[in-house]
Amino acid sequence: MSEPVARKPRFPMSLLQRRRRIRDRDAVIYGVLLILALAFPAAVLYATGSNALISQAGHAGTYVLLAIGLNVVVGFAGLLDLGYAAFFAIGAYTYALFASTQLGSSPLHQSYHLPFWLMIFVGMFVAAAAGAILGFPTLRLRGDYLAIVTLGFGEIVPQLSYNLPQWTGGINAIGGIDSPSLPAWITGPWAGASNIAIIRPDTCRVLGNSTKFAPCFSFGFDPIAFYVLVVIMIIGAVILVGNLHRSRLGRAWMAIREDEVAAAAMGINTVTTKLLAFAIGASFSGFAGAYYGASFGLVSPDSFLFLVSITVLVMVVLGGMGNITGVIVGALVIYFVLNSVLPALPSTVESLANNFGLSWLNVQNGDWPGLAQETQRVNFLVYGLILVLMMLLRPQGIFPSRVREQELKHAAVQEEEPEVEASHAS
Amino acid sequence: MSLPDVGFYVICALAIIGLAYEAITQPTAFVQISIFGIADGAMYALVALGYTMVYGIIELINFAHGDVFTLGAYIGTAILGFFSFNEDSFTTVNLLALLLVFPVVMLIIGGINVGIERIAYRPLRNAPRLAPLITAIGMSFVVEGVMFLWHGPATVHVPDLLPHGPGFETTIAGVFIGFKDVFVVVTTVILVALLAVFINRTRLGKAMRATAQDRDAAQLMGIDINRTIAATFFIGALLAGAGGMIWGLYYNNIFYNLGFRTGLVAFTAAVFGGIGNIPGAAIGGLLIGLISAYSDSYIGSKWTEVVIFGILIAVLVFRPTGLLGMRVPEK
Repeated sequence: MSEPVARKPRFPMSLLQRRRRIRDRDAVIYGVLLILALAFPAAVLYATGSNALISQAGHAGTYVLLAIGLNVVVGFAGLLDLGYAAFFAIGAYTYALFASTQLGSSPLHQSYHLPFWLMIFVGMFVAAAAGAILGFPTLRLRGDYLAIVTLGFGEIVPQLSYNLPQWTGGINAIGGIDSPSLPAWITGPWAGASNIAIIRPDTCRVLGNSTKFAPCFSFGFDPIAFYVLVVIMIIGAVILVGNLHRSRLGRAWMAIREDEVAAAAMGINTVTTKLLAFAIGASFSGFAGAYYGASFGLVSPDSFLFLVSITVLVMVVLGGMGNITGVIVGALVIYFVLNSVLPALPSTVESLANNFGLSWLNVQNGDWPGLAQETQRVNFLVYGLILVLMMLLRPQGIFPSRVREQELKHAAVQEEEPEVEASHAS
Repeated sequence: MSLPDVGFYVICALAIIGLAYEAITQPTAFVQISIFGIADGAMYALVALGYTMVYGIIELINFAHGDVFTLGAYIGTAILGFFSFNEDSFTTVNLLALLLVFPVVMLIIGGINVGIERIAYRPLRNAPRLAPLITAIGMSFVVEGVMFLWHGPATVHVPDLLPHGPGFETTIAGVFIGFKDVFVVVTTVILVALLAVFINRTRLGKAMRATAQDRDAAQLMGIDINRTIAATFFIGALLAGAGGMIWGLYYNNIFYNLGFRTGLVAFTAAVFGGIGNIPGAAIGGLLIGLISAYSDSYIGSKWTEVVIFGILIAVLVFRPTGLLGMRVPEK
């Protein structure tokens, strides 16, 4: 600021270096993540002897998939979607309805048991269609109106599943959902282990005749099998989204995000392009929903509330909107904080208080529910503070995308310029 | 008239025909439901005004507004704790408590909302539009978190201060009207009238209208933008604080995430009336209150939320400028 003349020539050079540095950084993050993903199950089994952590990692994988999908909508195309969990619900219910006995007790009186490998694509397609149907009339609206429409949609979908118990089981949820299964000859490298899935003669239904069973390798509730599946799905999603990002469509998305009017003037069909972003984003959510239904074996409307939409949005924004590696890291960090750090906080605080001779704080006393209880209540507050501080301190996220970082830098320079001129004038 | 407009009018006409049928076949029940709807709608209108004022001036959906409304009821209950009043009959102490608690709660909530604006929105005034929206959601969680820390997940009882019981209610032709219903509507009308006078007659009100119209031009005319925006948040919160207090006194039960649903419904009301439009928000609030009362009785209360958010989506799709809004060119 004090020496604007000396600062300016350095600018283009540092820009180039930053671009190369970020490309290297992404490659390094991908490598580290892949190695961690491969080493994680073995390390956990060796260290703890139980696969509880692997099961949790599989669940975290669902959120990674969701975050990658929402990143297409929010990060690439710049459309704010506050009801993303609705598409997640649609994917999960699509799988749950056609892979359990639920439809037998519905007005259809006929239950279906379609295979997971088919339904995961059906779920994807149904969610994408729902996204397109919702998006078609609303994408003409301005940005924050779209946010409200998606918010309303996100409230309606869980409410519908509460209110239509004959179809969705209502508050009782749909249980007993089929696990994915593979033909018996694919047993995988894990088949020999004693404590995980083996070939079962009677868990897989023959396609087309749901009363006959054939021997197969069923996933059952084996966390390792699901972990492998979700890692493969994430790798597939990353490759797909990465290619989309570099395609003509991806460039059109970013043009719309930057300036919709200018993009339209350049010949981009903004409605179709935005609709594609919306539908593709929703399809990832449907994909993740089908996986979620299969891995939990239970689909309940409680798992698709507003908080889920917000959590995924926070993952995308914290990780770095528009940057796939950032979003993956953001999803893992937020998942870890929400599911490991915050639940452990009350007991940690309690034992800390005991150690420091403040054990009277732990006793319930009138309105004071005890320190552990009170700490448990703090979750909401912490979550809100994370959101606010994140946007105030580092709006570009942990690992911002290349383009966005330059944009922010550029904007900062632009803002400084008038003052520079003013100082010259004086 | 375009095709979406026709669709919108057809839906409206069908709803009105259905209601007219109910009104003719069972007039007493219909009037009774309408009265409850108007009382509810008056409270929604108070919250909706805050949404619409803030949106009108900085184009931000202030998600924290619904929680600020709930916080008003919480603070009011805490203040009422200092009085030894009588819940069964109306005494002078009750009257004094009521007269004191409203201005105090309104001022405290106004101050808190200005603080929220200062911390979470002002630093992001020139940031991309997504940023303040996310901090708004964050502030909503923070305010909810504070109330959760304070009283936990249970519902909090608000003392039944307003005159009630046999002496303060009447039945006209089978329709029950309590003092509370009248109180809610009268208070709301007074507050909205004061707001209208303020916006249209005072210097600061003029500054607000100018800032909403064109912020840069207003600044060039010598209007202090930051002060005007802070004043907007303050006044919006005055109404929300009064609304929260009225809600608490009317229903006598509040809970920490009351503001989430109420806020969304009130926001729907603001959109319904045409966001940014002050009389629109008041009328929208009233209409949404009536619609949710009719939906509660004629469709079933579990469908009310679906109906309201369905209306929200339908209004945005068919008539994004709301009932009273003007067409605004895209910037």
